[in-house]
Amino acid sequence: MVRGASDNPKDLIFEKTTAFFAFGVLFLAVLLLALLVRESLPAIKKFGASFLLTKTWDPVAEDFGALTFIYGTIVSSFIALLIAVPLAVGSAIFINEFAPDWLKTPVAFLAELLAAIPSVIYGLWGIFVLVPVLRDFLMTPAAEYLGWIPFFTGPVYGPSMLAAGVLLSIMIIPFILSVSREVLATVPRLQKEAVLSLGGTHWEMIRIVIGQHCVPGIFGATILGLGRALGETMAVTMVIGNRPDILLSVFQPGYSMAAVIANEFTEATGEIYLAALVEIGLVLFLLTFVVNLAAKWILKTMVSRASRGI
Amino acid sequence: METIAYRRKAADRAAKTMFAVSALLVVLPLFLIFFDLLWKGARELKWTLLTDLPHPVGEPGGGIANGILGTLTIAGLAMAGGIPVAVMCGIYLAEYGRGKFASVVRFGVDTLAGVPSIIMGIFGYLLWVIPMKRFSAWAGAAALAMIFIPVVVRTTEEMLRTVPQSVREAALALGIERWKTTLFITVRTATAGIVTGILLAMARIVGETAPLLFTALGNQFWQSGLDQPIAAVPLQVFNYAISPYDDWHDKAWAGAVVLIGMVLLISIGARYFTRVKK
Repeated sequence: MVRGASDNPKDLIFEKTTAFFAFGVLFLAVLLLALLVRESLPAIKKFGASFLLTKTWDPVAEDFGALTFIYGTIVSSFIALLIAVPLAVGSAIFINEFAPDWLKTPVAFLAELLAAIPSVIYGLWGIFVLVPVLRDFLMTPAAEYLGWIPFFTGPVYGPSMLAAGVLLSIMIIPFILSVSREVLATVPRLQKEAVLSLGGTHWEMIRIVIGQHCVPGIFGATILGLGRALGETMAVTMVIGNRPDILLSVFQPGYSMAAVIANEFTEATGEIYLAALVEIGLVLFLLTFVVNLAAKWILKTMVSRASRGI
Repeated sequence: METIAYRRKAADRAAKTMFAVSALLVVLPLFLIFFDLLWKGARELKWTLLTDLPHPVGEPGGGIANGILGTLTIAGLAMAGGIPVAVMCGIYLAEYGRGKFASVVRFGVDTLAGVPSIIMGIFGYLLWVIPMKRFSAWAGAAALAMIFIPVVVRTTEEMLRTVPQSVREAALALGIERWKTTLFITVRTATAGIVTGILLAMARIVGETAPLLFTALGNQFWQSGLDQPIAAVPLQVFNYAISPYDDWHDKAWAGAVVLIGMVLLISIGARYFTRVKK
């Protein structure tokens, strides 16, 4: 951070050494991408774009398409966002605006602890606690009374797209919550006070000021949560049901990209089979890459706009 | 007019209640999970869990000692390789990192940080398992190091940036060579923060399961070498959980208690280092 070149050769050697390690990290990132591309080439050559658009997954006939897994990944992540975003934003508003001081730190700390729990423990809890509860108290009655809606059709097994979505939502809430809190904190105090001084209620203040200020930021936080949800493996693998089929009902089992890699990688004997799984990994890599990039871009634009007072 | 005022107040109260309820719903799963862990793991929580090898199905007792040792071995290897690389990279970005190369490196680090961990498993598999033709502790460590490194690079850079400029200038003014200033003054000053970052990254890789599925693979016995398949607690929790046997389900809960114990212990250690700094 101190500028200006040094003419001491030892300084130069030290700087170059650190630069070498920095290059090493960059090299690892490139190596990862290169390995993924190289190993998935046989599948890319054989199936081309149809890999992304077909449902077939037949290891015996060596005919592979990833659509089922892409569908499962996107739908389960979408369910997770649907549940997580209102809860995370609501509790961010609660912590930042309404909670008494003695409650702020504990609630924020507990939410952070949720992020520290290993995903295999979420999966374990999902299998033995969440799935039975959802099955008996939510999915079974819903399938009975709302079964005419295509999304809620039975029969109810338990492991399902919905179970994966609910479990994922618990896992991504801490991330959306902490970013939302940061975004809420960028609202100038004066503007909030202005609304209150005009006789507005707290709720109106939230709606007007925060609504105008924070929508892009909260959208960014949502996309960030999506990036997490897309790649989550263990918890999803353990509760999604692992059935390679596209079914409209969220009570039915599904499959995700990360889950099929986790389940089948050690069994992938043929060259094409392995290549197809690595290509799913490559697609997942690119998907999370684009999503994370978008989230960062939105949040950065939002912060720079806030700092310019727009 | 009365009704409008009433309606506004009611809406205010309803909104506030909803925000409080959502906060409650967010922290509720944490209590449920901890309660279930202790409730269902209690039956198998004995010393032998920490000292014995796993027993076959149906045979009571047995532990996950090999998994604990394996997890520490793999995480240790990943850290031994990852710490120097990550800390030096962090030093570069904080102290010298200007211009195009530095922004490309930062972009690379950010990209790695966002990669799902299962893909790091594919990395370990392609890099190590295929060439060596066997699952091994090394391959698992390579996968975990890929998760560990970007986290530590980021915290190292951030922590070095919090060191006041005047500290560097004071050292340089005393005629201390710049590399010595960086290494023995700037980095020393930020050590507590860097160690905290390292511990938090460690807590994360200790609980990682997906990248180990097809790198370390797991092992029912004591490890017989770093180039052999090796056990890990998260893998044991997974395998026991998806098994059809009730006594293995109990083992899964007990293993999860041990795993969360390890993670919390490391996280508390990290908090201790942050305290020391202040």
